[in-house]
Amino acid sequence: MSEVVKKFLYVNRKAPYGTIYALESLEVVLIGAAFDQDVSLAFLDDGVFQLTKGQDTKAIGVKNFSPTYRALGDYEVTKLYVEKQSLEERGLSEDDLQELVWEDEDDDWAEKPSIRIIDRKEMAALMADQDVVLSF
Amino acid sequence: MSTLHTVNKSPFATNALKSCLDHVSDGDSILLIEDGVYGASNNSAMADMVKAKMKQISIIALKPDLDARGIDETRLLEGISTTDYAGFVEMAAKHDLNQAWL
Repeated sequence: MSEVVKKFLYVNRKAPYGTIYALESLEVVLIGAAFDQDVSLAFLDDGVFQLTKGQDTKAIGVKNFSPTYRALGDYEVTKLYVEKQSLEERGLSEDDLQELVWEDEDDDWAEKPSIRIIDRKEMAALMADQDVVLSF
Repeated sequence: MSTLHTVNKSPFATNALKSCLDHVSDGDSILLIEDGVYGASNNSAMADMVKAKMKQISIIALKPDLDARGIDETRLLEGISTTDYAGFVEMAAKHDLNQAWL
């Protein structure tokens, strides 16, 4: 087993359902979680729409994959960075997003929020700080 | 002569909605479908541009696409009505022309 842990960033910039990017990204994140790397997810531009609550796809005949984001914590994917300016441009606030949590085994399994709202400058710094960036 | 315009792209991803709004004539309708329904949300950077056009034409959003994206009445821009697939067909039949802004 390789001991090298790299920093992976998955960049999500597309709305769900209109294209396949959002679902494909989620699938790759779940598969990639098996490799014990340092994973972060970034949501900016229309990507912030992926995390909104209240999605109901019954009438369009497409799988609603939004509940799957709640499972990411169990795969030790616990850092979901959401860009503040992208939310604001779309009339959204943190309250419009799902509440996503992970359980910290080093802190008596305390539930901690996975979503971290950061500004554009912090997003740029996050992107610059990676070993691998995967774009969707 | 009236035209039913459909917009299926997010207004934050392409300029399809903006270009559509800039080219409609009095009596036309714009139906927002698929990712186009994000143009029907309130408090967004697009809201004022959409609102300004509603005096001149009617703007409708497809309910199944709103539901899929979690846009409920509280997040819908005031003055935008909704319709279902049957209503979509009726609107297409009622207008002389259909124009899709892809």
